[in-house]
Amino acid sequence: MNRFAALLDRLGYEPRRNAKLRLLTDYFRHTPDPDRGYALAAMTGALMFKEAKPGLIRGLVEERTDPELFRMSYHYVGDLAETVALIWPAPGHEAAARVSNGADLPSPPLWGRVGEGGAAQDWNQEGANTPLPSPPPQGGRESAAPTVGHNNPPPHVPTLTEVIETLATTSKSDLPARVAEWMDALDETGRWALIKLITRELRVGVSARLAKTAVAQLGQIEPDEVELVWHGLEPPYESLFAWVEGRGLKPESGNPAPFRPSMLSHPLEDEDFTKLDASEFLAEWKWDGIRLQAAAGRGSDGRPVRRIYSRTGEDVSRAFPDLVEALDFEGAIDGELLIVREGRVQSFNVLQQRLNRKAVTPKLIAEFPAHLRVYDILFEGEEDLRPLPFAERRRRLEALVARLGDPRIDLSPMVPFETWEDLAAARADPASVGAGPDADAIEGCMVKRANSPYLPGRPKGYWYKWKRDPYLVDAVMMYGQRGHGKRSSFYSDYTFGVWRDGPNGEELVPVGKAYHGFTDEELVKLDRYVRNHTINRFGPVREVEYGKDRGLVLEVAFEGLQRSTRHKSGVAMRFPRINRIRWDKPAAEADRIETLEKILERGEQEVHPLKADGAKRKEA
Amino acid sequence: MALRSTDILTQTPQGLYCPLGDFHIDPVRPVKRALITHGHSDHARSGHRSVMATRETLRIMGVRYGEDFAGSTQEAPLRESLRVGDVTVRFTPAGHVLGSAQVSIEAGGTRVVVSGDYKRAEDPTCLPYEVVPCDVFITEATFGLPVFRHPDTRGEVRKLLDSVALFPERAHIVGAYALGKAQRVMALLREEGYDRPIYLHGAMERLTELYKSEGIPLGETPKVVAAERSKLAGAIVICPPSSIQDLWSRRFPDPVTCFASGWMRVRARARQKGVELPLVISDHSDWDDLCHTIRETGAGEVWVTHGQEDALVHWCTTHGIRARPLHMLGYGDEGEAEEAAHPPLEGEGRRPSGRRGGVETPTSESDGADHPTSALRADPPPQGEDMP
Repeated sequence: MNRFAALLDRLGYEPRRNAKLRLLTDYFRHTPDPDRGYALAAMTGALMFKEAKPGLIRGLVEERTDPELFRMSYHYVGDLAETVALIWPAPGHEAAARVSNGADLPSPPLWGRVGEGGAAQDWNQEGANTPLPSPPPQGGRESAAPTVGHNNPPPHVPTLTEVIETLATTSKSDLPARVAEWMDALDETGRWALIKLITRELRVGVSARLAKTAVAQLGQIEPDEVELVWHGLEPPYESLFAWVEGRGLKPESGNPAPFRPSMLSHPLEDEDFTKLDASEFLAEWKWDGIRLQAAAGRGSDGRPVRRIYSRTGEDVSRAFPDLVEALDFEGAIDGELLIVREGRVQSFNVLQQRLNRKAVTPKLIAEFPAHLRVYDILFEGEEDLRPLPFAERRRRLEALVARLGDPRIDLSPMVPFETWEDLAAARADPASVGAGPDADAIEGCMVKRANSPYLPGRPKGYWYKWKRDPYLVDAVMMYGQRGHGKRSSFYSDYTFGVWRDGPNGEELVPVGKAYHGFTDEELVKLDRYVRNHTINRFGPVREVEYGKDRGLVLEVAFEGLQRSTRHKSGVAMRFPRINRIRWDKPAAEADRIETLEKILERGEQEVHPLKADGAKRKEA
Repeated sequence: MALRSTDILTQTPQGLYCPLGDFHIDPVRPVKRALITHGHSDHARSGHRSVMATRETLRIMGVRYGEDFAGSTQEAPLRESLRVGDVTVRFTPAGHVLGSAQVSIEAGGTRVVVSGDYKRAEDPTCLPYEVVPCDVFITEATFGLPVFRHPDTRGEVRKLLDSVALFPERAHIVGAYALGKAQRVMALLREEGYDRPIYLHGAMERLTELYKSEGIPLGETPKVVAAERSKLAGAIVICPPSSIQDLWSRRFPDPVTCFASGWMRVRARARQKGVELPLVISDHSDWDDLCHTIRETGAGEVWVTHGQEDALVHWCTTHGIRARPLHMLGYGDEGEAEEAAHPPLEGEGRRPSGRRGGVETPTSESDGADHPTSALRADPPPQGEDMP
């Protein structure tokens, strides 16, 4: 567990892809089976244990610490896993306290559980003279000496394999005790990694693809080859490591419908237009859905195997049985998951209601019918079409879709254009060039080189995304709120408002909140601004000075507006971010609510619901 | 009858003041007579009329500010009682950096100990902390939260050496405060058997020479030659924290950004600094050491000068020890003021405590003003402000 913890720790700080790869291969090279295989499974999301809830962790730590000190610490650190890992009373403390008190006391200590009304208080008043053990975090090293020669055996540090195998078999009621044992045995980094692992929140910036690439690098093997055998394998992947290290045969793919890495695009920048020749490109709409790959083949028994993968290769077939049913072909196609009702593409908001459901019921399927709008083909039967030019693949795709004749799978139409100006006009108003009612679900154009092969990853010069321009509004900062995680000490979330007529003349009404779009340097200045102009404090929120003659103007960019009853102003912004800080602009010259009303009126014909945070979004 | 503690020591805008002895301790503005606990520039400032400190601290101040840093100086021999006005003072090792000392003040049967900054962990570059039993213990609380438990420094240094072995084509740039931390890191590297040259940023040079002249073996420590930075693949380079993200450090071969500081315990702080290899090495006491030091002194009353005062005061109170936060301003964390190119001028980094409402940590507002151009810094966050 310690090696794995050290790896996660180091990965979490490492921004560079190549250095991450080096750390991963170093770990895989020096860690024995089956630990390294379980580590690979953890990083590729292939582990199948029931995750522990943060509440369990919290409960354990609250039994062991002074609640007030825990609260201050959590507030300071800004991350539950990390706070718990750091504040967790090391077992030496406990044992020592027991010895120095000369009494055989139950473990864990019994004082001060939150919610037990006054228990903490009693302990406080009784002070150090009671026979209770002193609170572990404060125990201190003065009592370390008595532990020498103590009868308790040293805690057993679990291996990663032990942790994972135990998690797979432990009942829910036994879990807290097991977790507590491990926490006692591990050091700070180990505890942090354990919590990340068992709550399935690794977040160390390693994609499944990167982890597989690292495995491939152990031998002289292309990452795609690992990808191809991947779905036939299971943790702890001993056959895979044996193969890449030249000690074993290549594992059977076992999967007649494997995932192939998706091809991704770059954003189209203004300066690109002068360099790119419009006649060499084709364009499609960019759909506001979820990127999927559908693959189908025949198993060794001749039965059809049909799979649906996310753009990162996660098998999501179970979530879309209605779509799986429609995959009556052999090969692999690439497209966008949309919800289509009565022939009309629904908004992303509607799509979200189909996602992340535990049970996919007939009712859910009927209400949110899944639809695949396809734009590329990677394989047809055994034939790899990826080296073919895009235009050629498109013809093969059109033929396949026509053959299928299933309303659940259709073609993403091409957008005809001669010049970039034509395309700009189409992008600005998709409905005018045949998008019809589906214009609602279009968020720009995809521009693809007609001769581009289908390449894994994000190769330069082939595919571009050209998103619709955001709306801009000049608003006045009204509140600053402290951020979390990386920004836990900074006022990094800003609520801003625009002018409207109030009972006492013009007043600012909040219209949104944004917490990104600025650089780290700008954040330092904005944080300083909030601190230096505070007029009111509400917990983590500060109200800043604003008015006709004072205040900071923020140019806010956003993707759309929606009416909202939750907001005072009656509007909610979609994806707002700080576009520019207008240090120069007087607050009195910020925009009025009418500016937003106008956008709203336009938007009411083209419904653009608010994207909920945290939804998995494709990045085409 | 014993004097009240406040007769011996009070708080003034200049810092802690002993009326009976007519002197200040670590004053943040020039005063007539100053007793200095250690050489970090937020505690040891120039321009006092007379200064009393340990021999090493006086030497450090001389190197930093020039030999004329004070009107007159007086060496305080360790553990010897000296009469100053109507009180007896005594300097005792504090284990923080070379020359660091606690100042105990005794009058009328009451003893107050001003610990300055201190640590209990092992440090090959300075004398270890010695417990001075007292009635009133005045402590810092830089790492005064139970999440701060400093690990064994040897493990941290091995982390650095492992990384050097894994990335031999890259230079490891270690940010460390110029006084104390830098030399401690060098000494720890030597203890772990690292015998290659350790390269130094120019700002480290004179203080490192001073340490060596005090008999602390640090091995070969050449100064980085600007033109030869690109040749330092595989090297360990020590520089001030402010330089780790500078253009200066970008000229090394694919640098790995490291930072040796107690703040590195918290991941968000490390990330804010853009640190890739955090080394949790601190010259301050961690939570456990703060608590058990307070107990060991036997003090019935504790004053907390700066840092995470609220948590430590809470701990004292729940352990039957009277405690109060002083919310003192002008003291940085981990020698934060080291980062300034010049010692702070009078009044800089300091504001009258009245307007702050008494519940904010000082550095969050004051130090940024000293470094308007620096990017995300590992400041202690404004922890106190939501506290009741």
